[in-house]
Amino acid sequence: MKKPLRVDERSLRADVNPVRLLTFKIDDRDVSARADETILTVARQNGIKIPTLCHMEGLSEHGACRLCIVEVKGMSRLMPSCVTLPRQDMEVLTKSDRVLDYRRKILELIFSERNHVCSVCVTNGHCDLQALAVEMGMTHVRYDYIYPTHPIDATHPRFSVDHNRCVLCLRCVRVCDEIEGAHTWDVMNRGISSKVITDLNQPWGSSETCTGCGKCVQVCPTGALSEKGKSVAEMVKRRQFLPYLQMMRHRE
Amino acid sequence: MTQQIVIDPITRIEGHGKITIHLDDEGRVSDAQFHVTQFRGFEKFCEGRPFYEMPSLTERICGICPISHSVASAKACDAILGVRVPETGAKLRRLLTYGQYIQSHALSFFHLSAPDLVLGMDSDPAKRNILGVLEADPTLALDGIKLRKIGQEIIAGFTGKRIHPAWVVPGGVNEPLAEDHRKTMLASLPEALEITLRTLRWFKASLENHREEIRTFANFPTMFMGLVNDEGNLEHVNGKLRFIDYKGNIVADGVEAADYKTYIGESVEPWSFLKSPYYKPLGYPDGIYRVGPAARLNVCNGCGTPLADQEWAEFRSLERGPVMSSFHNHYARLIEIVYAIEKAQELLNDPNITSPHVRAFAQPNYSEGVGVVEAPRGTLFHHYKVDEEGLMTWANFIVATGNNNLAMNRGVLQVAQRFINGNSIPEGALNRIEAVIRAFDPCLSCSTHAIKNPSFPLLLLAADGTVLDKVRI
Repeated sequence: MKKPLRVDERSLRADVNPVRLLTFKIDDRDVSARADETILTVARQNGIKIPTLCHMEGLSEHGACRLCIVEVKGMSRLMPSCVTLPRQDMEVLTKSDRVLDYRRKILELIFSERNHVCSVCVTNGHCDLQALAVEMGMTHVRYDYIYPTHPIDATHPRFSVDHNRCVLCLRCVRVCDEIEGAHTWDVMNRGISSKVITDLNQPWGSSETCTGCGKCVQVCPTGALSEKGKSVAEMVKRRQFLPYLQMMRHRE
Repeated sequence: MTQQIVIDPITRIEGHGKITIHLDDEGRVSDAQFHVTQFRGFEKFCEGRPFYEMPSLTERICGICPISHSVASAKACDAILGVRVPETGAKLRRLLTYGQYIQSHALSFFHLSAPDLVLGMDSDPAKRNILGVLEADPTLALDGIKLRKIGQEIIAGFTGKRIHPAWVVPGGVNEPLAEDHRKTMLASLPEALEITLRTLRWFKASLENHREEIRTFANFPTMFMGLVNDEGNLEHVNGKLRFIDYKGNIVADGVEAADYKTYIGESVEPWSFLKSPYYKPLGYPDGIYRVGPAARLNVCNGCGTPLADQEWAEFRSLERGPVMSSFHNHYARLIEIVYAIEKAQELLNDPNITSPHVRAFAQPNYSEGVGVVEAPRGTLFHHYKVDEEGLMTWANFIVATGNNNLAMNRGVLQVAQRFINGNSIPEGALNRIEAVIRAFDPCLSCSTHAIKNPSFPLLLLAADGTVLDKVRI
């Protein structure tokens, strides 16, 4: 996987390499930002809510899920706010009808691609995808479900991966590479047939690079990665370690 | 000319089914079939799932007795783990089961069957429902609603959910019992007991009015099956299987869940999605047996709690041997509620009940497990096979209602023969045919699965198969 530039890293030496400050508008509010901060970061600093799924504080941005799209006046395309930098005098809309409509469509498409059955899922009640559906008022999915057949890989002694619940956010791939440094996880195939794999698409239990740290399990937004033996709704993800580890990685 | 009557849908039952009655050339009832027209497929789509998901997956089979499915499933998983459930965990599963018995039996008795019992089999069908009961006998109707609520709240108190609480897990239960919930439950039980005893008194006094129903509602000799504990007493959660013949002789006892296949065969008929289990040594269909409330009271040596034991003795004195009429399932249900309340009180007063040791953890150590419990409607089997990683490779369920399939069919025939003459269906006959099914309190959605047509008709068919009369209720 191509390694994207880490926004946080670039900003670290701001003292010797000062960045430009600029002002722009989000939802008609004047906001100021450093030129290297994303629209999403600035919005959140100003208490403006933008839904995200693949974004995770402490990991590089990937722009995979597209749920954070915003409308920029003068541009025909909707922009993913997690990987878009602001420009001076830009006018950003986070809640226009067009944005909300597209977000709903994207969310429904995510649900239609795999088999998300909340009622029997280990993360029921603690799931980012489920929370988004509730937050965005998704009452039904207007597209036909694909119902793919995905087997479960339960070869790892402590964890299992259920691709039926994977949303391809690639948080697992990023945390394994960027924080743990093992790069056990990666992606194979393209488009709708993409799938996260361990090592060279071999059973997780036979992976030589996996350290068994479980970070991937904790950052996974859904029940795709879970601890074995957990029953429905018992898999609560612990993510407190991430900002702490990230900070320690950068300590010289 | 022979004819056929079809009742579709059967009302006031859980799930969807229909009845076909065949008439011969003289218009006499020659045969009757009870069809379950739904299909679900749980056994198939559970394949490939981790076994520890099974209690919550199979809980979704039914909204009335999810607890029984989760406990049966968890017991099959316990066997796969190879663990002994901590004492308190086992007691809490039991307590939850009694909560379910109270609510499920109350639903069957008050909401579904009381309209027939209070208003009469021949009463106006437009009023023959719980609202009609509320008009005719408000105390009884309110009692039923209150009693069911108490049962539901016992379940809800553990997890905040009345149905599908996902609280029973492989190795035990998910969380210990909170002290305040223990107190709330204890406080609600005296009223529940009072309601049940009051209803029992009323029911026993009204038995006289149902003499003809008692005589014809699946009143024929069959075997009975049920769980009993080590003392041979009534048991719903643990214990071993006992089979008795129609005279009451024990023909098999102390049968372990894992050996169920030695005793029970499963036959398939082309006209129903519900299988017909039978007692293997006698073959099909001679191995007809019954399960459920009356069957449990027939197979056990007693209940083991004071009030229920008194009622049990009175119940068993109805007949010299086992009580044969399935009408008496209503009676047995009330006695089981008394038992459930007494047992729940006993458990809640156990100082050990709030202990935090409620769950055993292990890896899958065995490739196969069978779990059996007594669901409100009868004996329930969950049988799983898993691979080395603990993923399901095979599942078999024998659900309570399935065990009664042969008996329900024969019961329908018996009632039809008594109450139908000629090629039209008198309203009272129609209701009695449905009522015999209701006496079994079948849960068809549980025992099979719905794909379409959520209603259930009664047909009268000619010998050549043409429909002469059709009633849709």
